Amino acid sequence: MAEHTTAEQVPANRESGPALPLRTGMWSLLRRDLSIALRERGSLAQPVLFFIVVVTLFPLSVAPDPVLLRSAGPGIIWVAALLATMLALDSMFRPDFDDGTLEQIALSPHPLSMLVLAKAVAHWLVSSVPLIVVSPLLGMLMQLPGDAISILVLALFLGTPALSLVGAVGVGLTVGIRRNGMLLSLLVLPLYVPALIFGSGAVQASLVSLDPAPHLLLLAAFSLFSLAVCPLAAALAVRISLN
Amino acid sequence: MLVLGLYLGLVVAPPDYQMGDSYRIIFLHVPSAWLSMSSYLIMAVSAGIGLVWHLKVADLAARAIAPLGATFTFCALLTGSLWGKPTWGTYWVWDARLTSELVLLFLFFGYMALSAAIEDRRTAARASAVLALIGLINLPIIHFSVEWWNTLHQGSTVTRLGRPTMDTQMLIPLLIMFVAFNFYFAAVVLNRLRGELLVQERRTRWVRELARG
Amino acid sequence: MKPNHRSELNAGLEASELECLRGFQSLFEGLSFAVSPGEALQVTGANGSGKTSLLRILCGLGLAESGEVRWNGVPIARAGAEYRAVLGYLGHRPALKGELTPRENLRAHTTLHGKAADDTRILSVLESFGIGRRHDRPCRTLSAGQQQRTALARIVLGDTPLWILDEPATALDDGGIACLEAAMDDRLARGGVIVFTSHQSLEGIRSLGQLALPGNRG
Repeated sequence: MAEHTTAEQVPANRESGPALPLRTGMWSLLRRDLSIALRERGSLAQPVLFFIVVVTLFPLSVAPDPVLLRSAGPGIIWVAALLATMLALDSMFRPDFDDGTLEQIALSPHPLSMLVLAKAVAHWLVSSVPLIVVSPLLGMLMQLPGDAISILVLALFLGTPALSLVGAVGVGLTVGIRRNGMLLSLLVLPLYVPALIFGSGAVQASLVSLDPAPHLLLLAAFSLFSLAVCPLAAALAVRISLN
Repeated sequence: MLVLGLYLGLVVAPPDYQMGDSYRIIFLHVPSAWLSMSSYLIMAVSAGIGLVWHLKVADLAARAIAPLGATFTFCALLTGSLWGKPTWGTYWVWDARLTSELVLLFLFFGYMALSAAIEDRRTAARASAVLALIGLINLPIIHFSVEWWNTLHQGSTVTRLGRPTMDTQMLIPLLIMFVAFNFYFAAVVLNRLRGELLVQERRTRWVRELARG
Repeated sequence: MKPNHRSELNAGLEASELECLRGFQSLFEGLSFAVSPGEALQVTGANGSGKTSLLRILCGLGLAESGEVRWNGVPIARAGAEYRAVLGYLGHRPALKGELTPRENLRAHTTLHGKAADDTRILSVLESFGIGRRHDRPCRTLSAGQQQRTALARIVLGDTPLWILDEPATALDDGGIACLEAAMDDRLARGGVIVFTSHQSLEGIRSLGQLALPGNRG
């Protein structure tokens, strides 16, 4: 062993704190999460497929009437995006909790809230960005006109980060509980209400040729607010769940 | 007091010239609605106190309040919709207040479900405290967003609840009911708190005896 | 047992008057001990006596009902990130991602803990634990013993002055245990502090103390 370990100082004199900046730690965690997601390609596609299936169920269950679809479309797409994001939430902390990695993350000298943020970003990239990419297609299925579709994409882009961030708090709270799917949705969905309202409101507004900007700005504000509050709350939640 | 308030409200107060007798439910509705919100506030604040200063009584208080708050919220929704039927012609309107109140009910349920789902009492208290605080922060945002959505979505189907003037004969029973509900709330919470405290107290004595023996 | 008031001066890990509740029962109370640099402490006790709970409290993961843990005289709750920077913790789960190879796991872990990941050093530590030839296979293809060796390599690589190891000898064969003992002994020789639980007696370690937890009291 001795040849691998260089001369060390005694513990009392050791300098403390991480030697590398926080950025590196967050980046490494983000990259690790992404590379794990990429090696599990099957589960990577699941949120998108779920999203598409849920949206296509609506015309079948209501009526394929273009006018009706156009007015209900934004809401349907948003609700489906909400559900797809929520179902993917559990994978944010669950595997790490099960194999003990979450403990190691919590024991990192870096602030846990920033590491949680990195994980939320990874979750957003893996589960929400694909939704945003396929949303124009679903917009067309819902008979939305072109400019409404671009507003839809923009609204999803601005709003889905809030879903991942608020969701991180919910998952953090429930990760220690077995069979937590229902509980998680009970906790998280009411908190998603503002994103849903502003998100589908923006598209609705553009459909009746109103200015969607106020909705989009409020949506962005909600995301920014979540960005400020949720990592701290989620970090606290994770520490509590690990107890 | 509750009886007095009910009597004055349901029997003595004159019927409203517009709504007839159906308005009387307001004597139940307004205090419940008020308590539903204030009890969430109290619950979240005491849960927060428990979280930050590790004060167990505060945790227990929050736990004691939650079901009661949910009950009041439910009462407010129920009486509101019963009142809405003859007045608005429908049991439910997607009004901003009603929707926020409904979300509030979900938050209460979420809080109770979470604290019931975690086995360890202390972990449960801390976890649900985080949820209560997040809910507390989010509640104004939700209310605001719902209000926005409502005004943008449709014209005003719903006029505001408050009428410009209120006859003193109506106001007095309302105030009495208000005070009575608050007392009822305090009494029930204290009673529940006593129960929760007893459970914990007995446990420590029991453990101590066991350790000595 | 009174808390030691001279503790401010003591280097190493120190616990005073710890109490831990599990549901209705007190697992232990009034538990005090100190481990100085260069010493190892083996925590023993029956199943369910609270060994893992104690180690998690020492890490700052678990919350003690009362009492405090100090590192070099500073309560760990106050030291926060500085304490986490000197700590290497091995839980009873190996904390390896099955999708990643041992090398990737160790690299991710090292940078997560704020240290530069030196590939040659990672490989040489893995080599010393006998994982050298398997460093490019996903961890889920490794046996339990090999995963445990990789997890131990992670602790060695962390090179922290304090190790807290929960059942480090689990699933290890004789060769693995020899590796573990060598690593622990080396750590102690350089002034490290080790607290661990084990059902096996690890004999190749200098200055080993024992702490027996009282066990289930009904």
